[in-house]
Amino acid sequence: MIRLLLTILALVLALPGAAQDGVPPAPYANVQLADPAQEAQAHALMLTLRCLKCQSQSIADSDAPMAGDMRSLVRERIAAGEDPEAIRAWLVERYGDYVSYQPRVTSLTWPLYAIPLLLLLGVAVVLRRRLRRGGDA
Amino acid sequence: MSDQKPTSRWTLWLPLALFLGFVALVLFGLYRPADREVASTMIGKPLPEFTLRAAAPDRPGLTRADLADGQPRLLNIFASWCVPCAVEAPQLAALKAEGIDIAGVAIRDRPEDVAAFLARHGNPFSRIGADDRSIVQLGIGSSGVPETFVIDGKGTIRYQHIGEIRPEHIALLREKLKEATQ
Repeated sequence: MIRLLLTILALVLALPGAAQDGVPPAPYANVQLADPAQEAQAHALMLTLRCLKCQSQSIADSDAPMAGDMRSLVRERIAAGEDPEAIRAWLVERYGDYVSYQPRVTSLTWPLYAIPLLLLLGVAVVLRRRLRRGGDA
Repeated sequence: MSDQKPTSRWTLWLPLALFLGFVALVLFGLYRPADREVASTMIGKPLPEFTLRAAAPDRPGLTRADLADGQPRLLNIFASWCVPCAVEAPQLAALKAEGIDIAGVAIRDRPEDVAAFLARHGNPFSRIGADDRSIVQLGIGSSGVPETFVIDGKGTIRYQHIGEIRPEHIALLREKLKEATQ
């Protein structure tokens, strides 16, 4: 049922995309690589790259023409033997971290990782005190 | 329990204060207008190498070397299927009338569509390259049409304008071009 709904949604979303231009899609926009291992690598990378047109979708999910061009770019570079992380870095160099869905620890994002650890540490300290006190009583 | 220190008054209110803080944060995020523009991080960096075929019959194609000939210019990313690109046509015409050179890149466009678009809205471009697979667009960190880049004489990207050029943007573009001359 969900699959059906998603298909209908995808078709509705694809209509404006399909109407945008009359140029055939890039060679590997909707065509898988012949080597299954390479295709798996490319697909894994595409799932973690943001479509710049429909920003809450990955380029693997999006039907925007630009996402198709990005898929083709990813597949062609993987086929040429490039490392997936090098392709991600190439895109991040051009669009910033926003293009990647894969979280990174940077000078801006480190509190996201540090705060939960500090909270857990605080909880552990409090619990230890309480349990000790309970043991004494 | 009687030997336990009574909790001081302010710590009682701390969870509520934290909760209200979160509510304020969420409301702020909800009501602040979202900025959906993805700015290029290629400002100050050189253009990538590229060679594009001519997108229209009466203008030559575009290569990187054309944009690094010592003269600063505008690089306009457009498409015939893009509605805001028609909106900025008068502004591009005005810039061209001032003697500013404008190179165009047509994204995913057919020659006959580009020709029809230019016949209808005017042709301010000295050269137009056809970027059928968004290669140049992805290479310079552009995420849509229209976008306009200021390129200096060495082929370095100096400024990015996202969206259509409206009359109030002309002065800023002129200023950025002047800066690119230095």
